[in-house]
Amino acid sequence: MAIIDHDAALDRAGANVSSKWGQVWFLARRYPLGSVGAVLVIVFILTAVFADFIAPLDPTATNSRASLATPGSAYWLGADFMGRDMFSRIVHGARISLAVGLGATLLGGVLGVAIGLMSGYLGGWFDLATQRLMDIMQSLPLLVMALVMAAALGPSLENTIIAIAIPLVPTVARVVRSSTLSLREQPFVEAARAVGMGEMRIAVRHVLPNTLAPLIVLGTAQLGSAILTEASLSFLGLGIPEPYPSWGRMLSESAAEYVRTAPWLVVFPGIAISLAVFGTNLLGDALRDILDPRERT
Amino acid sequence: MSESNIPVLEVKDLKKHFPIKKGLLRRTVGQVYAVDGISFSIKSGETLGLVGESGCGKTTAGRAVLRLVEPTSGTIEVGGTDITHLSKGELRPYRRQMQIIFQDPFSSLNPRMYAGDIVGEPLLVHGVSSAKERAEQVAALFARVGLRPAQMSNYPHQFSGGQRQRIGIARALALGPKLIVGDEPVSALDVSIQAQVINLLQDLQRERQLSYLFISHNLAVVEHISHQIAVMYLGRIVEYADTRSIFTRAQHPYTEALLSAVPVPDPAIKRQKRVLQGDVPSPVKPPSGCHFHTRCPYAVARCKIESPPLREIAPGHHVSCHLR
Repeated sequence: MAIIDHDAALDRAGANVSSKWGQVWFLARRYPLGSVGAVLVIVFILTAVFADFIAPLDPTATNSRASLATPGSAYWLGADFMGRDMFSRIVHGARISLAVGLGATLLGGVLGVAIGLMSGYLGGWFDLATQRLMDIMQSLPLLVMALVMAAALGPSLENTIIAIAIPLVPTVARVVRSSTLSLREQPFVEAARAVGMGEMRIAVRHVLPNTLAPLIVLGTAQLGSAILTEASLSFLGLGIPEPYPSWGRMLSESAAEYVRTAPWLVVFPGIAISLAVFGTNLLGDALRDILDPRERT
Repeated sequence: MSESNIPVLEVKDLKKHFPIKKGLLRRTVGQVYAVDGISFSIKSGETLGLVGESGCGKTTAGRAVLRLVEPTSGTIEVGGTDITHLSKGELRPYRRQMQIIFQDPFSSLNPRMYAGDIVGEPLLVHGVSSAKERAEQVAALFARVGLRPAQMSNYPHQFSGGQRQRIGIARALALGPKLIVGDEPVSALDVSIQAQVINLLQDLQRERQLSYLFISHNLAVVEHISHQIAVMYLGRIVEYADTRSIFTRAQHPYTEALLSAVPVPDPAIKRQKRVLQGDVPSPVKPPSGCHFHTRCPYAVARCKIESPPLREIAPGHHVSCHLR
């Protein structure tokens, strides 16, 4: 007969965890993939924040003698055809990618949540009008919209963020609206109404938190795709203007010409993008489980 | 006490019709006559059992009393004040006096809030802003409904169905209401738990002079808890009397049929069963005259033409039937 080690069983279930760090450690063991994602995201963020200290060289300084230098001791990850250090550019590129990814996701997310929540909760003509507006927004191709924006406002970091955020709004709004539609009929919403709670407060306190789980997954997936979209926009000259380093542009401008002669120009920005996107997705999956109290015991 | 003469709740000719909208222009093509003119009153410390089969409008009636659905017509008086047309802001102080307990103990609690916050929320909305004060009151409520105050920081999914219903009761009690609408509050629970919850409700009633509007399809439960019983059929009250009269001297054929469906825990008793034929007609097109004539074993020609009024046939005993 097996002897049950109660203490060990309790440890495994996380019952004896009391300190903050203990909790983090417990969650890390429970969600190994999620912690890999968390580490990647943390590295990504730290790189972006401390880019000035990490990068050995100025990412925009050119050096004609180092054009297409191979990876080595002088240029760790090689240099592009203008002789700019790839490592420094990738490190600084994290800043751009993070700014675009976070900025666009947050901007699109906040607008989408506000519109979706109001649309689903209020219903009626407001819902009808906003839903048709969302249809129109979704029917516009992203690149055409970005083109118009770049032509009207000029390419810049802010305009790139806005251009990527706008197509995100209808996606988020749809997700929030559909869960709001079912949530507003729930008895706990009625209970809040019976108590005399204001409709705005009900929407924010009772409905919104229950729509978050799918949003977190959507948000982290969008963070990755925002980074990718920024790359394509930058390639077309509609995103981040030269000489600022953008992973996407680094990848796309060298892909055609140098993929055979200087593959490091393609491989390393590609790895950077993949790791950032992969990390956010893994973290997002784990966060959804952790943030949903029903998934926890 | 002069106060006890004024009923806690007085409902007069309450109607709730839901429009059926169709087509692009959302034209109203018909009405669902969910509640079609019901009147009743509840005295302080008493329970009115509202019974009927599903779809008869009893839940809508309960919701309309609390103005969770807007009544189409009729009046609702709470403690002598007409609340039917009060604005949301004006209604708020009256919300303290009337609360609701729901049928489903799962969907009636926000899964993302701590049990303590759920129970404390009415206090928060009604201006108990100090967190400490709220926590103390919530702890007292938890203890009163038979939960441990330590469970305040648990999530709803960590409780059993019966415990969750206790949380719902604690939430309803938080503001010290005079009237609680129980919308099938025990129907979703195991029989043993049902008894516990009903006993809790009765203890609370004695302790706090609570009045209940107890909506249920279960006559056995209603008999146990109610002082008065109103039987609903297709949006109307067909019989309304004190519990004893309903169970001993039921007059309406529908009540008779309902009663004969209640199981009696004695195999020696042989009863004549009255099983109703057919289904409940649609509340969109209720039958002419007496709503019940399509299924009534005694129906005569008059029943199809003329709708019987709710008449007092004995003191306190109201029946809506041409034949009584």
